Amino acid sequence: MYEQISRNRRASWLLAGLMVAILAALGYAIGAATIGGHSGGIGLLGVFGVVAIAWSLIGYYAGDKMVLAVSGARRVTHDDEPMLFNIVEEMTIAAGLSQPPAVYVLEEAAPNAFATGRDPRHAAVAVTRGLMERLNREELQGVIAHELSHIRNYDIRFETLVGVLVGMIALVADFFLRWSFWGGMGRRRGGGSGDQAGSIFAIVALVLAIVAPLAAYAVQFAVSRRREYLADASAVELTRNPLGLARALRRISADPTPLRHANRATAHLYIANPLKKTKPVTSVFDTHPPIAQRIAVLLEMAHAGPEALDATAAPAGDATGQSMPATPSP
Amino acid sequence: MLAVIVILVILVVLVAILAGMYNSLVGRRNRVDNSWSQIEVQLKRRHDLIPNLVEAVKDYMSYEQDTLTSVTQARAAAIDAGNRGPEAQAQAENMLSDTLKSLFAVVENYPDLKANQNVMSLQEELTSTENKIAFARQFYNDSVLTYNNKIQMFPSNLIAGMFNFTTRQFFEAPEGDRAVPTVDLR
Repeated sequence: MYEQISRNRRASWLLAGLMVAILAALGYAIGAATIGGHSGGIGLLGVFGVVAIAWSLIGYYAGDKMVLAVSGARRVTHDDEPMLFNIVEEMTIAAGLSQPPAVYVLEEAAPNAFATGRDPRHAAVAVTRGLMERLNREELQGVIAHELSHIRNYDIRFETLVGVLVGMIALVADFFLRWSFWGGMGRRRGGGSGDQAGSIFAIVALVLAIVAPLAAYAVQFAVSRRREYLADASAVELTRNPLGLARALRRISADPTPLRHANRATAHLYIANPLKKTKPVTSVFDTHPPIAQRIAVLLEMAHAGPEALDATAAPAGDATGQSMPATPSP
Repeated sequence: MLAVIVILVILVVLVAILAGMYNSLVGRRNRVDNSWSQIEVQLKRRHDLIPNLVEAVKDYMSYEQDTLTSVTQARAAAIDAGNRGPEAQAQAENMLSDTLKSLFAVVENYPDLKANQNVMSLQEELTSTENKIAFARQFYNDSVLTYNNKIQMFPSNLIAGMFNFTTRQFFEAPEGDRAVPTVDLR
């Protein structure tokens, strides 16, 4: 369990490093091809760096408010939703965070949940009405633990950063392709031997501009999938109850209701992909790992077979359902 | 001259390392203290909630006076054990947990009670407080574990000995819970 967490963490930083490398290579190649030479490459690289930082800062400070506004979430207090609020407080204590995140409810029938916020002090979790109606206390605990883990692992900050990098790469590549298509390459006049180096850079830049966005998207989704596994493992670290989350995931995936407010920009935030796929084919462009795979990992943590998922007979929304966590190992 | 510089550099690095170890010990000790106070907050909250619950159910449960009395007694014992160290306190609180469990089990037999809004919300609050106690205990024990490790392991044990950092007690889980496997099948 603990080694899973550190392995996931390593993997996602590696992927983020890869993104920076892609952006840097793209920036250098385009700079060298259009402005010319080594200095041109470095110059454009610097410009990209500044833009990427500015863009990240906007996402960092305003991202959570935008996401909550887009999803149509409503903030609730303890008196509105005692059980939900209590569960959030329980998981906050288990995680040793100093304060619980703000709690939001989405009036949606589809069971789903997401977390947002730049750090544990400026965080929010949002769950749909459908999730509260369909899950029992133990399952809801698993989902909230998963969301709180995203907050605790700084996943939202991380994914904002990765999102900015991907956006930059896509934008720059697109811009360069249009520019060279309209003959920008032909107008640039170098002299002598510099010309040959320039045309080599031009070809490299062209290839990169085509390949880089695809690679960047693939990496972004790989990061997103990694972080889902990581949040699942961290959630179990909090609840010490892998089956609660496993059952919750199964209930969520079995529900056919689509989320009305879901869109591509926010899909990666949810606990399960809110955009229901028509084909059950996995690809490198998935934001979430297949639910069956996540459930299998959780069952493995519980040392249990698939039959353990059916062992519960607790009806949905059973407030009295015993959900004492198992003995913590001192 | 060079030798002096080398010695100075080594000294500075050494002091920095020692200061780092000392600070990390202090940080971990504060986390242990802080997580202990979190347990106390929740225990206190449970002690405060119980009279309300007993008051709410006692008219319905005239035949279950024994259960109610044992809850009240266990509560008094737990409050009393509050200043006799983690071990005694854990024992008394676990006893209280057990009596509360049997009270909830009895409530199940009274449909009127189960439908009572006041009882329902008290039950949710107590269930949640039970969970919070358990999770606070889990976090406290994890904090104690890392703190004790730091104190006992080389090289931070040298600093710990010098500045009188002492290991802490775990808040033991109830005996009954110990038999439960790590997976809760309910």
